[in-house]
Amino acid sequence: MSTQTADEADEFEFDESAVKRKRQLGKVFLGLCFAATMVGVVALIALLYDVVSEAWGWLTWEFLTYPPSQVVEHYNPANYGDLPTGPGGMYPMIVGSIYLIILTAIFTLFLGVGAAIYLEEYAPDSLLTRFIEANISNLAGVPSIVYGLLGLAVFVRAMQTGASLIAGALTLTLLILPIVIVQSQESLRAVPDSMRQASYGAGATKWQTIRNVVLPEAVPGIMTGIILSLSRAIGETAPILMVGAATTLFAPPSLTDPSGPFGAMPMQIFEWAKLPEENFQHVAAAGIVVLLTLLLLMNAVAIYIRNKYDPRG
Amino acid sequence: MSTDTEPMDLSRDGNDVGTLGDRLARYIFFACAFVTVATTLAIIVVLVDGAFDFFSQVSLVEFFTETNWSPRAADDPSFGVLPLVWGTLMITVGAALIAIPVGTLTAIYLSEYADPRVRKVAKPTLEILAGIPTIVYGFFAISFITPILQSASGQIWFIPVPDTFNAAAGAIVVGIMIIPMVSSISEDAMSAVPDSLRNAAYGLGATKFEVSTQVVLPASLSGIMAAYILAISRAIGETMAVTLAAGALPQMTSNPFEEIQTMTAYMVEIGTGDASVGSIGYQSLFAIGLTLFVMTFLMNVFSMWIRSRYREEYQ
Repeated sequence: MSTQTADEADEFEFDESAVKRKRQLGKVFLGLCFAATMVGVVALIALLYDVVSEAWGWLTWEFLTYPPSQVVEHYNPANYGDLPTGPGGMYPMIVGSIYLIILTAIFTLFLGVGAAIYLEEYAPDSLLTRFIEANISNLAGVPSIVYGLLGLAVFVRAMQTGASLIAGALTLTLLILPIVIVQSQESLRAVPDSMRQASYGAGATKWQTIRNVVLPEAVPGIMTGIILSLSRAIGETAPILMVGAATTLFAPPSLTDPSGPFGAMPMQIFEWAKLPEENFQHVAAAGIVVLLTLLLLMNAVAIYIRNKYDPRG
Repeated sequence: MSTDTEPMDLSRDGNDVGTLGDRLARYIFFACAFVTVATTLAIIVVLVDGAFDFFSQVSLVEFFTETNWSPRAADDPSFGVLPLVWGTLMITVGAALIAIPVGTLTAIYLSEYADPRVRKVAKPTLEILAGIPTIVYGFFAISFITPILQSASGQIWFIPVPDTFNAAAGAIVVGIMIIPMVSSISEDAMSAVPDSLRNAAYGLGATKFEVSTQVVLPASLSGIMAAYILAISRAIGETMAVTLAAGALPQMTSNPFEEIQTMTAYMVEIGTGDASVGSIGYQSLFAIGLTLFVMTFLMNVFSMWIRSRYREEYQ
């Protein structure tokens, strides 16, 4: 009996140093976690600083409005005055990228929203539906360069579109389609069923309900998803490289005849970054600043739409 | 959708009503959804068909066992894919060594420790990292990381002088690139752990550190593993950053400061060159592409399987 009480006393004896050690361990761990979070933030700041500082002084109005040049001196603003050919820039690539995105947007809008409508509104809970959904999440994980191979073999070779704007846009469409479908599905799912029931109650058919009730409600979410996906597509290099995007193209591609050669910003940046002359690093950096600015604008539009129309945030 | 009773189907689905458009809509939308299935089929057909041409000239044994990759050498070309796989492996392992600890700790911080205001700033910031084009990471590697490694090689004894193109710089930027992937999926998994589990542990006298590492972490393990696998699969398929940073010299070296070539970088090399259709270079593109596709496909399926198999339902 007496030994038991002694044991109990031991058990409840308070070891100050152990508690202190635990507290310290906790603090060290919190410090580690915080430091890890900062790694990402610091890397982002370093990346942006690096790009902007390299581009400083090289990003001019002429850079945005003139075609590229093979000679690095043509890009240097100090030489602009006495150039017979005019300064070097990335105008055709900027236009090419914008056209590429416009075409991709049109294709994705129809295919992505259409597929999402089918899966959310029509699809029965069958094996086929589950297979389609599993397949979509799988496609999202396929490396972008594999899509490039697909575009090369199917669009460029088999359909004989050549290394054209249309081949690039179709390849990018397939690339972002899985993401667009999943995000559109989420927007459609957020539309309350009571609205559908009310529409049916008023005698509307299924398609009328989707067209007049579900889609208008889901459009802000769908648009946000599409714009964000497009901002991913505009920065993709590997797929358009495999499809055969041109470099040092002197005129922008034609939107009305999308079967000619095309250039795009990331492809041109890759070409510049590869070149050994040191000054081409500055040119590449200037190109990156233009690309990132465009990305930022697209993201801002997407966030604006989301905040304006979606009270759920 | 979350109502207990299934809402009555008033949609007149089975009835043949409405205009032609009403009746056709279902099939049009099904066609859109079917495009995704067709895409997968097309990828498989294209890769297998191209690879078939390649393997009719190169034996599978040579492809998977030879350690020399020089498909375009005029005399005595060699087709051992191992150096390219080795290059990809170096980048992937290096990137995982960075992204897994950093991403996991970030997720723990954001899910367990961070003040809501800090989280509100930190999360979108990390998401920006995920939205930056990979070509920009490649530029960052050659214009920032490699110079740092070069200057560090004189000061820190274990860093040898790196090549202009080296695996380490590629692995570092790919690691940074996949941090948000690890952290956001892991954080989702950790946030899904119900507070009752945490409170039970606190009630037993556990510290916050113990709750985070011994309760939340094990409870969300399946989600975290899925995040790791997805991130690694992404690193395997990463193209532009490693092409710019790690170079174009297929070799099996154990020194991460030497130039290497990954499978994806090789595909870029052929893609930018003028490999004519039917040439062995063009065909090798599809053999490598198929290898890459199979690797990432298996990892994605494995990740989905883990998530569905081990997901603890906390609803």
